[in-house]
Amino acid sequence: MAYIFQQILNALQLGSIYALIALGYTMVYGILTMINFAHGDLFMVGAFFCFLLAFYLHLSFIPTLLLSMLGVAFLGVIIERLAYKPLRNAPRVSAIITALGVGLFLENFTLALSPYPKHIPPLLQNTTWTFGTLSISSLQIIVIVLSLVLMLILDFIVQHTKAGMAMRAISWDKTIVPLMGVSVDKIISLTFAIGTGLGGAAGVMYGLAYPVIDPYMGIMVGWKAFICAVVGGIGNIRGAMIGGFILGGVEIMVGAFFPSTYRDFVAFTLLLILLIVRPYGILGKPHPQKV
Amino acid sequence: MPKLSAAYYTLLTRWHALTGCKYFWPVFMIAGLAFCMAASTFEFLDLYLQLILIYVGINIILTVSLNLINGYMGEFSVGHAGFMAVGAYIASLLTVHVFPPGAQNLLFPLAVLAGGTGAALVGFLVAIPSFKTRGDYLAIVTLAFCMIVKSVLENIDAVGGPRGLLGMEKLTTLPWVFFWTVLSVWVIRNLVYSNFGRGVLSIREDEIASDLMSVNTRQVKIIAFVVSSFFAGIAGGLFAHALQFINPRMFDILKSTDILIMVYLGGIASIAGSITGAVIYTILLEILRPLGIWRMVLMPLMLVLLMIYRPQGIMGMRDARLFKPIRDLVTEKLWRKKKKEAADAAP
Repeated sequence: MAYIFQQILNALQLGSIYALIALGYTMVYGILTMINFAHGDLFMVGAFFCFLLAFYLHLSFIPTLLLSMLGVAFLGVIIERLAYKPLRNAPRVSAIITALGVGLFLENFTLALSPYPKHIPPLLQNTTWTFGTLSISSLQIIVIVLSLVLMLILDFIVQHTKAGMAMRAISWDKTIVPLMGVSVDKIISLTFAIGTGLGGAAGVMYGLAYPVIDPYMGIMVGWKAFICAVVGGIGNIRGAMIGGFILGGVEIMVGAFFPSTYRDFVAFTLLLILLIVRPYGILGKPHPQKV
Repeated sequence: MPKLSAAYYTLLTRWHALTGCKYFWPVFMIAGLAFCMAASTFEFLDLYLQLILIYVGINIILTVSLNLINGYMGEFSVGHAGFMAVGAYIASLLTVHVFPPGAQNLLFPLAVLAGGTGAALVGFLVAIPSFKTRGDYLAIVTLAFCMIVKSVLENIDAVGGPRGLLGMEKLTTLPWVFFWTVLSVWVIRNLVYSNFGRGVLSIREDEIASDLMSVNTRQVKIIAFVVSSFFAGIAGGLFAHALQFINPRMFDILKSTDILIMVYLGGIASIAGSITGAVIYTILLEILRPLGIWRMVLMPLMLVLLMIYRPQGIMGMRDARLFKPIRDLVTEKLWRKKKKEAADAAP
């Protein structure tokens, strides 16, 4: 029983990181209908910012988190302005290939600057409480609570502020919204800033939970987070959160009861079955093709 | 620049005259094959250059076959490396464990063919979800398939698991690569310009409308996926016997990304574009090798710049006259003439 509870806690931890990254994918998709494949690598850059700030500047946890988020958000906006904006009217696939190119660029640039895996110094005092056989570390609690708080803030922004209303409006109808006096460019930049900022936060938390980071870590985590976004129904913010926790849960539970090498196999097979049964994700709405 | 453009047009007309000659293709085949055989037997090209040419050939096969799905059919498949892995493993298992050691050179084409067939069977399975899902969701299906293949291969100890498989002899020679490359380009070119190929194009333009025009979309999708994955499997078999070592990590998402980049660099829905893209990408990576890791920084940067200034890629939806049937050329000419007349007639 305690073992299962322990695994549930692990699943929540991994799931909240996946959910944070998946949010970035789904927000950008909702507003631009473009898959930002560089997002996983922005997550990696977030972890490296965390390493730089913690190792060289010896900052404590809160400033590290905030500065990393800010740095990644800034990078995200720059990428959007330089690479994606000229392609807004180009075929969709060109934008996707550009995103793949930006991702490769970030990976290899980081690799060229730091060829060896880095170890993030412990930012927080990690205390472990044990109840019988169950042990809860404060780190896990912080990761879960912090990401839940971030998701709640995001949900508030999207549902209850003017900027959030503009975001929802743009994803609803892109041609009418500028006529209503909404500056589409600003809203798109804001979306990128929030989405990539959340990815940066996920990078910091990932670095806390699994402290060895390398430039290629964003690929696998990024693609998995993309899968979370699709499972939840891409473009749907609450769907991305649910998808993140589902994939995190499945991965941890498979690892807990089977040999851990089967983890990817089972996770992706489940994904395939889900997509065949429900091709538009859990919370997504089917888009009937019209003639 | 009138002078340059005049020279360019002279060259272009000469090139068209050359390629329009009915002996062009037979002469090209024989000369190419003879060159490849001479290069591999007398070794007047050193082994490094030969290896680069082999990689160019393999990449052309991969790019042209992926272009069938991504360019002509308009889907977004990101799992091409998975098909390649299936072909590579089947072919290598055959040559390492099944075939007698003496007859490997003779049986090598069979091994490659078996690899392609295996990959085609898997491609058939992947085609089934494509009936219902399209676009980004189909991309996820192919992505998940690629990861499942990698994960399965890592879990089977008989094929070496994560350590990989070795013991293949260097059976991939330049003439064989030339043969398979020409075969794949020939098959896919003829497929695309056939009646069936029009069905593939119509799915890209509008699936429902093509269904209404009595195109059997399911059949078209299955055949396109099967043909594409067949050639990816063949490329995998050739790749395994050129490198003499494979492991599951070679066929991960980065390999798929590489193929995607070659397709979109050359331009979608263009045979000539695919060949150009594969050749340029492979050779550029080799030329930039002295830069070390920085070439991997430079390449994506160039890709992004190319996409910004030329989003359709180098050839983008156009094909060289070389690959077009005469019927199409005549129709195009008539259509241009008509358009010009209409433009002249309008005030």
